Amino acid sequence: MADELLVRMLGIDKRFPGVHALDQCRFDLCYGEVHALCGENGAGKSTLMKVLAGVYPKDAGRIEFKGQEVEIPSPRAAQKLGISIIHQELSLMRHLTVAHNIFIGREPRRQLPFLLDERAINRHTHDLFESMHVHHIDPRTVVGELTLAMQQMVEIARALSLQAEVLIMDEPTAALTDTEIEALFGIIRRLRDRGVGIVHISHRLEELKLIADRVTVMRDGRYVATVPTAEASLDQIISLMVGRTIYEATPELPEQPSEEVVLRVRDLKRGRAIRGVSLTLHRGEILGIAGLVGAGRTELARAIFGADPIDSGSVEVNGRLVHIASPCDAVRHGVSYLSEDRKRYGLALGLNVEVNTGLAALKKFLRWFGVVDFSRARRNAERIVEALSIKTPSLRQKVKHLSGGNQQKVVIGKWLTADSNILIFDEPTRGIDVGAKSEIYRLLNDLARQGKSIIMISSELPEILRMSHRILVMCEGRATAELDVRQATQEKIMYYATQREATLDVA
Amino acid sequence: MAAQAITQRVSVVRSDAIQRLLAFGALIVLFLVFSLASPNFLSFDNVVGILLATAVNGVLALGVTFVIVTAGIDLSVGTVMTLSAVMTGVFITNWQLPVPLGLLAGVSTGCLAGLVNGTVVAKMKVPPFIATLGMLNVARGLALVLSGLKPIYFNDTPSFNSIAMGSVLGGVIPGLQIPNAVLIFFFAALVANWLLTQTVIGRYAFAIGSNEEATRLSGVNVDGWKMGIYALAGLFSGLAGVLIAARLNSAQPSLGLGYELDAISAAVIGGTSLGGGEGTILGTVIGAFLISTLTNGLRILSVPQEWQTVITGTIVVVAVYLDIVRRR
Repeated sequence: MADELLVRMLGIDKRFPGVHALDQCRFDLCYGEVHALCGENGAGKSTLMKVLAGVYPKDAGRIEFKGQEVEIPSPRAAQKLGISIIHQELSLMRHLTVAHNIFIGREPRRQLPFLLDERAINRHTHDLFESMHVHHIDPRTVVGELTLAMQQMVEIARALSLQAEVLIMDEPTAALTDTEIEALFGIIRRLRDRGVGIVHISHRLEELKLIADRVTVMRDGRYVATVPTAEASLDQIISLMVGRTIYEATPELPEQPSEEVVLRVRDLKRGRAIRGVSLTLHRGEILGIAGLVGAGRTELARAIFGADPIDSGSVEVNGRLVHIASPCDAVRHGVSYLSEDRKRYGLALGLNVEVNTGLAALKKFLRWFGVVDFSRARRNAERIVEALSIKTPSLRQKVKHLSGGNQQKVVIGKWLTADSNILIFDEPTRGIDVGAKSEIYRLLNDLARQGKSIIMISSELPEILRMSHRILVMCEGRATAELDVRQATQEKIMYYATQREATLDVA
Repeated sequence: MAAQAITQRVSVVRSDAIQRLLAFGALIVLFLVFSLASPNFLSFDNVVGILLATAVNGVLALGVTFVIVTAGIDLSVGTVMTLSAVMTGVFITNWQLPVPLGLLAGVSTGCLAGLVNGTVVAKMKVPPFIATLGMLNVARGLALVLSGLKPIYFNDTPSFNSIAMGSVLGGVIPGLQIPNAVLIFFFAALVANWLLTQTVIGRYAFAIGSNEEATRLSGVNVDGWKMGIYALAGLFSGLAGVLIAARLNSAQPSLGLGYELDAISAAVIGGTSLGGGEGTILGTVIGAFLISTLTNGLRILSVPQEWQTVITGTIVVVAVYLDIVRRR
């Protein structure tokens, strides 16, 4: 079954102003196959799949679908052929119910054409989920109330209801916990067994072995190779992706941080999200915070930073009790927060590199009367770009045109400009490709060595184990363990993160 | 890399330049068409008339540009202008206070109304559209109440009228009798440009408009700056109020409705994005000129008033559409 070709793309070329995004790319997909697409950010994976899904028109090349050459000028045309894409940013209407989201635009009607047949919509939706073996989503729930993982199921159900034979998933696992990923993979496998061809774009290479039949690697907009997953090692795939050996941080446990406590949080509480968390952070230390999604890690970080109000608890910075009621106060005390969602919470995307690096510390660049000293601001931005080796054509480049890794560096640069001594990183490497990841790791190590204190929230256990001095494990708003990295293992962390026997059937 | 950096810079300059060229080109075309159509159009008096008409709407548009750059909107600028004019009248005519004090009262009234807008928007989190719609009606009502529904004339204080209609420039360069109101507008535009491009309030306006949450999380006191920006818009409305009172030599309490839409149109025609994060003062000034030139020209060609509105409305939509096309 798995050798009949469903899709074949040949010589696909696509240019955007100033970028040759796809250069003679090819790709094929069989019936009943999960085909992973790998490559660093900017390698062209998403672009290639958006061409297939009719989001972008191709400049040159040929697409065959079931052996016939086809033109796919619009997403609608793709849908008609049976090609559905689930974008990285889910595109659901938060205020509508699950069923309405799935049947939007083609709702079953009653005799009077303007009356929606509510019951039929819900029944069809129910049947769809049954066929996916998903039993915990009520068609009448408003989508905004669902977890991200459940919303993804809704997207998949929508694709299936469109009779999709090709399902493209762009980073579907990026925001999911391990259990959720396992559930998703279950669904993917069932779809595969039904003959659906699935394209799986992912940064998490360890997933490939679990789910993919073949892997196609892309680099700099070009096709590199396609290999059966069973025959390739992860190292091979990585070296195909980067085309060079990557920086492997020697697990040189950086010298022990000093005993000096720079941040002490006592019994912090906020509603049901944070139920009494205490922690200490030393100078030059990286404190990892591990936990499943919903454990309250981000909420804790935001509360310490003053982005959300707290119910009770105290925060001491450098031994002095401080009252942090807003991010403004936090910045004054040298505390900064780097959100996992850079685009929403970290950057002014439409503005340039120079403005963004100065955003948290504009006061440093003021002359009399609030006038900005542009030459000083520019010199600072130049220094930051140089020090963090941010790849940007100029300081005037809008941040939205930079890659994920470089955007993250701009955010870091912003806080370095503000002289922050306590940096809270929330998923610092999410959505960042392998090469840039190791650069971010090196940067964190350097910062710690320079005496900055870092809290790093991460869902990737290897990352936590590799980077932290100490690890705080959270579960449901409580700190369930504090581990020294030398005695911590993935299993131990998982144990405390779930507060029950660790069952590690994933990975 | 260096070559790339240079092309990058060029393309940035180009897209900005095209936007201004577009509005500016339209202005030139209008001037050509109208001057061909009517010999009176390019007369000195008529051009001064256009400049004068631009001055009031232009000053309003300057203020509203700041608010729109933050991705907000201010619907109250027109009636706040009227309230400020009435307040000036109350001070100078009704209470017989010195003229400078009247000016101060007018401008402060505007500023205060803006501050209220800012507080309601930033602290009470009422959407700007609703908050300023409320202020539109409040200011309109207060103007009527304070004036007793009647215009307040400045007949006892001839110096007040000369603030707008005298010509300092004419005194220096004989023959160039350009009214002070026009000079005040240009000066206000220079100040606004300086505030928007060189100072911290401008930079934060762009940052808030581009991504308010990220700006807040950068430790910027977003609420405070928003209040400041709405107060600034109010201050410009107050200035416009003084100008229109001086120009008409009276405070007309029923005036002002509809001015806010002309001001917003001017900013939008000039390339300020209602989505926030983008805008220039030069663009707004050109936009304001475009609107008053159009109105003036159509009147000279005896196009009925009602058709003038139809045409200006169309122009705004076309201008925004062209801007969208340009961005693609």
